[in-house]
Amino acid sequence: MEEITLQQVIFGIVALMMMVCSVLAVTSGKILRAATALLFVLFGTSVFYFILGYTYLGAVQLSVYAGGIVVLYVFSILLTRSDKNMNERIPRGRWFAALATTVAGFVLVAFLLLGHGFADTVIPALEELNPGTVGEALIGTGKYQFVLPFEGVSVLLLACMIGAIMIARKH
Amino acid sequence: MEYTILILLLPVLSFLLLALAGMKMSHRVSGLIGTVVLGAVAALSYMAAYDYFSLPRQADGTFATLVPWNAVWLPFTESLHIDMGVLLDPISVMMLVVISTVSFMVHIYSFGYMKGERGFQRYYAFLSLFTFSMLGLVVATNIFQMYVFWELVGVSSYLLIGFYYTKPEAIAASKKAFIVTRFADLGFLIGILIYGFYVGTFSFTPTETGLMQGAMMLPLALGLMFVGGAGKSAMFPLHIWLPDAMEGPTPVSALIHAATMVVAGVYQVARMFPLYIAYAPDTLHIVAYVGAFTAFYAASVACVQSDIKRVLAFSTISQIGFMMVALGVCTGAPSHEGGLGYMASMFHLFTHAMFKALLFLGAGCIIHAVHSNEMSTMGGLRKYMPVTHITFLIACLAISGIPPFSGFFSKDEILTACFAFSPVMGWIMTLIAGMTAFYMFRLYYGIFWGRENKELHAAHVPHESPLSMTFPLMVLAAITCVAGFIPFGHFVTGDGLSYDIHLDATVAATSCVVAVVAIALATFMYARDTQPVADALARRFPRLHEAAYRRFYMDEAWLFVTKRIIFRCVSRPVAWFDRHVVDGFMNFLAWAANASGEEVQPMQSGRIQAYVLWFMAGIIVLTLMLLLCV
Amino acid sequence: MEVHVICYLLVGAVMLFAGVYGFFTRRNLLATLISVELMLNAANINFAVFNRYLFPGVLEGHFFSLFGIAISAAETAVAIAIMINVYRNVRNIQTDDISDLKG
Repeated sequence: MEEITLQQVIFGIVALMMMVCSVLAVTSGKILRAATALLFVLFGTSVFYFILGYTYLGAVQLSVYAGGIVVLYVFSILLTRSDKNMNERIPRGRWFAALATTVAGFVLVAFLLLGHGFADTVIPALEELNPGTVGEALIGTGKYQFVLPFEGVSVLLLACMIGAIMIARKH
Repeated sequence: MEYTILILLLPVLSFLLLALAGMKMSHRVSGLIGTVVLGAVAALSYMAAYDYFSLPRQADGTFATLVPWNAVWLPFTESLHIDMGVLLDPISVMMLVVISTVSFMVHIYSFGYMKGERGFQRYYAFLSLFTFSMLGLVVATNIFQMYVFWELVGVSSYLLIGFYYTKPEAIAASKKAFIVTRFADLGFLIGILIYGFYVGTFSFTPTETGLMQGAMMLPLALGLMFVGGAGKSAMFPLHIWLPDAMEGPTPVSALIHAATMVVAGVYQVARMFPLYIAYAPDTLHIVAYVGAFTAFYAASVACVQSDIKRVLAFSTISQIGFMMVALGVCTGAPSHEGGLGYMASMFHLFTHAMFKALLFLGAGCIIHAVHSNEMSTMGGLRKYMPVTHITFLIACLAISGIPPFSGFFSKDEILTACFAFSPVMGWIMTLIAGMTAFYMFRLYYGIFWGRENKELHAAHVPHESPLSMTFPLMVLAAITCVAGFIPFGHFVTGDGLSYDIHLDATVAATSCVVAVVAIALATFMYARDTQPVADALARRFPRLHEAAYRRFYMDEAWLFVTKRIIFRCVSRPVAWFDRHVVDGFMNFLAWAANASGEEVQPMQSGRIQAYVLWFMAGIIVLTLMLLLCV
Repeated sequence: MEVHVICYLLVGAVMLFAGVYGFFTRRNLLATLISVELMLNAANINFAVFNRYLFPGVLEGHFFSLFGIAISAAETAVAIAIMINVYRNVRNIQTDDISDLKG
């Protein structure tokens, strides 16, 4: 029996928080609460990345998701007054079907995961990933380097920005 | 003689032109197109006849059978194929002349008769169609082409009988004609199929081997074909449509229901004559008995009818009966003399077409003048309509068999042939010939002499018809006067050899005496203003008179058979089966498709979440299946 | 660093199916979008974890997560722009009520 490390304790707490918050995010009757729960899930995700040693990814997760997108959500929730009308119920049959499908899917996936033998494997120890390495890989043109997808994503973001402005502006 | 194909093509082109563009033309133009085309067809037919009969005879003394134009249309096997073509032999050339002449006359006549009628162009279009079909029928190179044109003739007859389609009687008559002849044509078709199956060809002249194979079935096949011919030629008991067909315009009656179409059955028997005489003489004699009975029946009905067109219709039936008898009494034994009836029949067909067309066209003039078919509205018309009167009288004399008019010669040949077959048949036919003379002169006196319907004529003075109507009368009357002197036996005979027509003195004298006596009797009974003898006879035998007037209840008998027996015992169950089983199955298919659609339809809600839910569930199921199978 | 791989994966699975459930049951478009974000995040975690677990030497999973974040940001921006536009037109962003766009 191994000793429980601090890392495991933190992971356990964060994992528990993420699971609870993701369920809350989809069941909460108030959308602002759901958005808050989403924020906590995103925080938890960034903690996962940190634990994995991907500090740069964790930072991006924090700044883009938790910082940017959730703020965008909150603004649009307030703009569309969605917090007022979240109490409409869907038909019982549809709800039951959705729940059954979800549970069945989860059970299936969990069964597959548990049956595959992941239980014994642990993540091998690794140093923190240097942001410099990430930067070089991001703008390099060699093998395992990603300048082309990087440019593609930047064009995509530009297109989205223009599209979002075009769609949302007043006619 | 390739130009003979034009005889077929011209009327069909004229039909297409008039039918497609007729409504854009004036009456005069459309009528002129039809008439000019028919004039050309008539000229071509005369030219074809002249060319054909001036060809030298073959070594065995017969005229060659020419096929100037032929196209294989539907080949089934080597020998079994349906062709479309033109066949020239003595009878088809003779028919070409008859049809184009009468049709041409009717075209001219219709100018006056149909003047101002609604649907004038349609009328001429249909006339062209009919002429085309009838010409195609007579020049058919094989039995199937004959059948195709046979049906076309039926269709054009249907269209023309129902020409006044706003009159319920006309519609009923056209339907009756179509259904009755169609019913009979079923026999024809089955006969053709049996013939094609057993003999292995549709040709009129099968090979020796084919005949060997099919000899057993030939009597049946020919008998069934005769059923079709009996329907078209109004033989008892399939004659019921012809009197009703008089609802059509009178020139149409003259053309179709007197001169040309109704003799198609006779022509058909004549066409198959070599096969009849060689393989089915008994069937041929059945034809004779049917013809004799029909002739007698129709003549007795004609004696009491009061509608002049009905009288003429029954007279037509009776005369076609004569032609059938003449064909039927032929015997194969001495082939030259035995085939006398064939020649007589064709001769009578020729002369009858002319004088019966003349009678109908004359009746048309009379109807045109008094606006009625009923004899009671007529009487004493000779003063008003001299041309019609004289031509009608000539035709009556011809049909009665008074020399020197054409009917005498042809009828005399028929009677000679009958006496050669059996004296009983000869005497019966002589009696019927006497009846013919009697009812024709009853009709003649009823129209032109007798008691005049003065008040009606005072209100509307009858007048002679315009030249366009009297001219065809005069032409046909002239033909009737001289046609008897045509050396017909030189052209058309049973075995193809030349035959000198010589009058059998006994027969000729007997028939003349009978005819004269009958005419005298009719004069005695009907020529004066009052008709005491006829009325007394009608009172003495009221039942018989009533029965004859009602055509011996044949229509009622047919109605009983169709309505009570066929409708009730056959049509009802078939209709029930159709409605409940066949339709039910189709309805079930439709219902099933509809119901499943209704069931599936809510799934297409447009709600994307529902789609994703199904998608997800499907993925889970597929994954489970993969897991369980592997 | 001795957390079992299965733990990450189970957390990811819970997040994914929470997102699926939300996507099925939510009627508000923004709430639906929140569910989609959950699913995306679960996928990102899986990429990172498998990269770390199977190929520690290279960074494909890492970058896939990175690009995933960028794309989800773009998707969110466009989706929210559409929703605001819809809201402006129909004063509502409930899925059942927005049927006017159907063909």
